[in-house]
Amino acid sequence: MERAPVSRYRRPWIAAVQKGLLCGGVAVFLALVGMVETFAGRQIIVGVFSLGLALPVLTAVVAGYQGSQRQAGGVRGAPVVRGALAGAAVGAVVSALVVLGNLVNMRSMFVSASPAMFAALSFGRGTSGIPLVLLGAAAVGAVGAAASFLSAGVRRPLVTALAWTLGVGLFQELLQILLHAEGARSAVRELLFIEDGLSIRGATIVFALSWGSSTVWARRGGAVRQWHGRLPAPRQRVLRLGSLGGAVALLLLVPLAAGPFISQVLVLVGLFALLGLGLNVVVGFAGLLDLGYVAFFAIGAYTLGLLTSVGEYGIVGLSFWAAVPVAVAVSLVAGVLLGVPVLGIRGDYLAIATLGFGEIIRILVLSDFLRPWLGGSQGVLGIPKPMIGGFEFRGPEQLFYLTLVSCALVIFVAMRLRDSRLGRAWMAVREDEDVAEAMGINLVNVKLMAFAMGAAFGGLSGAIFAVMVGSVFPHSFQLLISINVLSLIIVGGMGSMPGVIVGSLFLVGLPELLREFAEYRFLIYGAALVLMMQLRPEGLWPAEALKRELHASEEVGAAAGPEDLAASDRRGGG
Amino acid sequence: MQSSLMRRLSVVDLYLWAFRIVVLVVVVWGMIGTIMARRYPGEVWIDFVVYGLSQGSIYALIALGYTMVYGILRMINFAHGEVFMSGAYTAYFVAAAFGRSGYLDRNPVVSLLVVLAVAMITSTAIAVLLERVAYRPLRGSPRLVPLIAAIGASFFLQYAFRGFFGSGFQAYPETQVLKGTWAIAGISILRTQAVVLVAAVLMMLGLYAFVMRTKTGTAMRAVSEDREAAALMGIDVDRAIVIAFAVGASMAGAAGFLYALVFKQVHFFMGFIPGIKAFTAAVLGGIGNIPGAMLGGLFLGIFESAGPILFLDGLGIVAPYQLKDVIAFTMLVMVLIFRPSGIMGERLVVKKA
Amino acid sequence: MKRMRIPIALVVALMVAGGPYFVPAAPAATVGPVTDPVGVVKIAKGASLTIAYWMVVAGPDASLGIDTRRGAEIAIADKGGKLLGHPIKLIGEDSGCNAEGGVTAATKLAANKAIVAAIGSNCSSEAVPGAPILWKAGIVTVSPSNTAPKLTAPDRGPTYDGYLRTAHNDKVQGRVAAEFAYKVLKLKKAATVHDGSPYAEGLQGVFTETFKKLGGTITAQEAISPTDTDMRPMLTKIAVGKPDMIYYPIFISAGGHITRQAKEVSGLANVKLMGADGMFSPDFMKAAGDAAVGMYHSSPDLSPEALGPAYKVFQEKHQKKYGEKPLAPFHAHAYDAAMMIFAAIEKVAKKDAAGNTYIGRKALRDALYATKNFKGLTGTLTCDKYGDCADPKIAVYQTLSADTAKWDPGKNPKKIYP
Repeated sequence: MERAPVSRYRRPWIAAVQKGLLCGGVAVFLALVGMVETFAGRQIIVGVFSLGLALPVLTAVVAGYQGSQRQAGGVRGAPVVRGALAGAAVGAVVSALVVLGNLVNMRSMFVSASPAMFAALSFGRGTSGIPLVLLGAAAVGAVGAAASFLSAGVRRPLVTALAWTLGVGLFQELLQILLHAEGARSAVRELLFIEDGLSIRGATIVFALSWGSSTVWARRGGAVRQWHGRLPAPRQRVLRLGSLGGAVALLLLVPLAAGPFISQVLVLVGLFALLGLGLNVVVGFAGLLDLGYVAFFAIGAYTLGLLTSVGEYGIVGLSFWAAVPVAVAVSLVAGVLLGVPVLGIRGDYLAIATLGFGEIIRILVLSDFLRPWLGGSQGVLGIPKPMIGGFEFRGPEQLFYLTLVSCALVIFVAMRLRDSRLGRAWMAVREDEDVAEAMGINLVNVKLMAFAMGAAFGGLSGAIFAVMVGSVFPHSFQLLISINVLSLIIVGGMGSMPGVIVGSLFLVGLPELLREFAEYRFLIYGAALVLMMQLRPEGLWPAEALKRELHASEEVGAAAGPEDLAASDRRGGG
Repeated sequence: MQSSLMRRLSVVDLYLWAFRIVVLVVVVWGMIGTIMARRYPGEVWIDFVVYGLSQGSIYALIALGYTMVYGILRMINFAHGEVFMSGAYTAYFVAAAFGRSGYLDRNPVVSLLVVLAVAMITSTAIAVLLERVAYRPLRGSPRLVPLIAAIGASFFLQYAFRGFFGSGFQAYPETQVLKGTWAIAGISILRTQAVVLVAAVLMMLGLYAFVMRTKTGTAMRAVSEDREAAALMGIDVDRAIVIAFAVGASMAGAAGFLYALVFKQVHFFMGFIPGIKAFTAAVLGGIGNIPGAMLGGLFLGIFESAGPILFLDGLGIVAPYQLKDVIAFTMLVMVLIFRPSGIMGERLVVKKA
Repeated sequence: MKRMRIPIALVVALMVAGGPYFVPAAPAATVGPVTDPVGVVKIAKGASLTIAYWMVVAGPDASLGIDTRRGAEIAIADKGGKLLGHPIKLIGEDSGCNAEGGVTAATKLAANKAIVAAIGSNCSSEAVPGAPILWKAGIVTVSPSNTAPKLTAPDRGPTYDGYLRTAHNDKVQGRVAAEFAYKVLKLKKAATVHDGSPYAEGLQGVFTETFKKLGGTITAQEAISPTDTDMRPMLTKIAVGKPDMIYYPIFISAGGHITRQAKEVSGLANVKLMGADGMFSPDFMKAAGDAAVGMYHSSPDLSPEALGPAYKVFQEKHQKKYGEKPLAPFHAHAYDAAMMIFAAIEKVAKKDAAGNTYIGRKALRDALYATKNFKGLTGTLTCDKYGDCADPKIAVYQTLSADTAKWDPGKNPKKIYP
């Protein structure tokens, strides 16, 4: 306590520099791992600002913001100075890298330490650019610090506008594809974009528009919400149903409006969402960590392929509609058969055992041993597209509807399951197996049902996957798929069904749209999983139960209102 | 619905028995088939065992890291394979420099020891950092949370190394003294394999002595028995955990060095599969049990090298070595189901996190 | 989240209100001076000419795709980055080395009307579903590394009309390897190993078939995983069958392990080893070390009198630009694919008075199929009517020294057949 006044004068500066150095380390990491150079190719505002530059700039902003946090002294200017200091520290670390790169050939070790990378870091000036780097970083750091004491009414629209400009710049390729048509849309495109990025004019327009609308919303938004809140309950429900209907109508229109590519991405998102919903039953509901989930995806795909293929390995030539129930049933049975042996295995062991199963299935499918029946590495070809009457699910625009309907169906089933007696038994098993067993829950049945349902959903996804591609190859069923699906349900929120969709959009949709990220997909996944576990283990869109549990101390039982009791009464009857 | 579920209950036990019998019949049938065919003379089996031991000793060294961390934290450090990779990969740059300057052949013992030290230090540094940044903040969270963080860390490390050093492989330089074979007790054994075996056994004995004889080792064992009680007895739990990570990682670093000595190639993905195999080895031997990890590793190595012939060839399965991993994973599942305590037989305690 | 919802809804609403965006199946079109039954790409004066790649640039197989992408990038640099006065823009998609990646990448490229032609894919499993999607959008694609015979088989169907490749068909290479082994080396017993990739599996299949037809015996057909490292047990099993040679047309990493370890397994010391172009590179020498001396490789004819110096220059450029040696064996095929496309574009493109360029898609496709005696890094390319453009001259090389500094195809490894 005695030392506190001293530290108030000294520590903030040191802390700011420390944070700056740390962020500088992050910037150097991003550069050496190759991101700066790769992303430099993505122009956000043509000739002015690239995504590659955005990375070090963002680290400096974060450094400035962090450096100015908390230990606010009495003087108003001090945080800005501290932010600038932190920013300058980032600049110093980056400059050190530039100097080092100038002295020794780092290329023999770090393949990304290319001249282009150093040019990107030093504004193309090599070591003579260092003062500029330092100054720029300090300025950016100061801006980051300034953000921390601007009033919310000013800061929010500003951040929103910046985010929108950045977003439009990032997704320019997609938007340009959407706007690539004659007429009004083409005019919009020419107004905003030149070549492969926003023009300065375009950036200004986007910024102004989003800033304006955000300011208006910040002023008037409260009023709208109040108006909505004052409406009588039935009117509110009508409004909610209306917007839900609107959303569904919009979804149905997507393939028409957005063309084949977006549809294709959404089909993939949908397939991964299906996988996620299935794994969610196993991991999220029942708490059984399954790392070999791809096995059921493979089983579904191969069953469908073998049943419908008109090629070499087809056995009966069924239609898609006849084969799908079989594929789902086979996966379900496989789920039970693979589930039984691992019934007694818990937690981490289960993860590794299931990982083993996943690999076993992949290797068997690939093997020369089963080649006469499954096609080995050459795969099963010639899977026809599904038909209804005369309508063929030819391309992604049509398959989108198939995926959408399947997702809706699976969500419905999963919801009913979750709210059933079985669902509550799953939750009990997830919380504590021993207690659940003591309460009279039959662990065997409950766990097997989880495996079976999860496997069935995975098999459905595999079946659609097989018709989407039109062929099935063993290389599509790598362990990475399992990791991918697990990542998406964790990022979305374990046990939460909207979370699965959100996770799928973020982890499957986003990398498809931003190809620079594809190269760093697994690096980013890895970092996301680690950070997520520390900062927000409940996920982006958490399940209610899990959120309550993880924040139990904050609410102290206030959530368990009469509504919950009523709900459990109702379910108890069924 | 309910009644059909009830009926399945007894079916489960039947199924498990059937599973056991099927595996047993397949194994016995395959073995008889192979032995009756007499295609493989005795020397071949000795070769299989030697190869298996040298591969297995590398698994064993990696498995030690899993076992130590699991023993103390009840957590699978999924990123341990990447710890192994990072040491071998980083040490490559030193080895390559020695190779280029010719120092490697002039003074092989010193230079190899330096390379070994670099590998061990890098691996240790990475593991300690990992523990500090990724795992320590998660202590006390539900069980799945640290496991998922570890999976994330594994991918992060792999792809960070790929970003740094490229996606190709690097080839360790040749060491002239280690070329060729030595004849030991009538069996000719490759020099690299002999070195690997001896080095691995020495390392493991050293580790065993460290854990059993030193004060730090005792503290670690105390923490793994009961963390709260150990803390009450004045043991610095954090320190014990860090040391467990560090020691396990240094073994993985050494394993990386030995791996590079035998197989010469290092690349960013090299740690993943040995990592999973080593975990299998740790489970085989009884996780948390140091001699068990050693035995499990050697056992797995021999199974992988002789298993495809012994069990599958006799069944007339083509290309049996393609199914090598199937044998390894089936064995893992079998051990988990029927003897979860591993071959060393210590009772597996499933503690609640 | 809530704050973003309304603007997002607005954007979606605007998108939809814009009217249906049906992309019609490319109609016969007349744009400027060009009429083409499939479609015409117009490139305004000064705008860039877009070439796309679809390759595996992420994930465990990334080295294959990065390698071929670099080949294409060097080709663009050699053109001075310009074609017909337009800067060349290379855009691309990761295709993941699996079928679904191929579908996604192709669908995305197909939606971009500015793409003139594409280079890719890497893995045959990507091309099987992907190539028809591209051609439906009128985009012709040249693959630098697909070798599966079915892609250019006569029964492949019209959906593959827009597909060509500079990689040689497995059929040719597997046959040459078997003939060489049986007729030249006079070996009667062979064992094969593949790694589960369609490439290796296909090649060893053709080899086995031809070798048996010639009168030879196959003692074992083994398989491994590309990630395996300890090959000795598998090699020991092979040794029991006492083959005269082992044919393993796989990739550098696993191939290096087999080459090194074969020398160490008793009974295999004098067995002849033979690989294919998948590991015909200096990197393989690094991986296999001195054990590679004496082994055979089948590969396109890279003898120095025809192409050696050009390839050397290419390698130097590669080293300078990327700081490392080529990662995989198909960079030169990608370079050739790009150059072939550029040549075809130059042939069919028409300019109007304002300086705009017009390229007919069908015309471009036909020009590519008509490629004849095109001098590339991998040989003299002539396309047949099913899109096989690779120089069918496959040679067999024997390695004399594993020193990567002495890598000079033709002299070392020495060309010994035909």
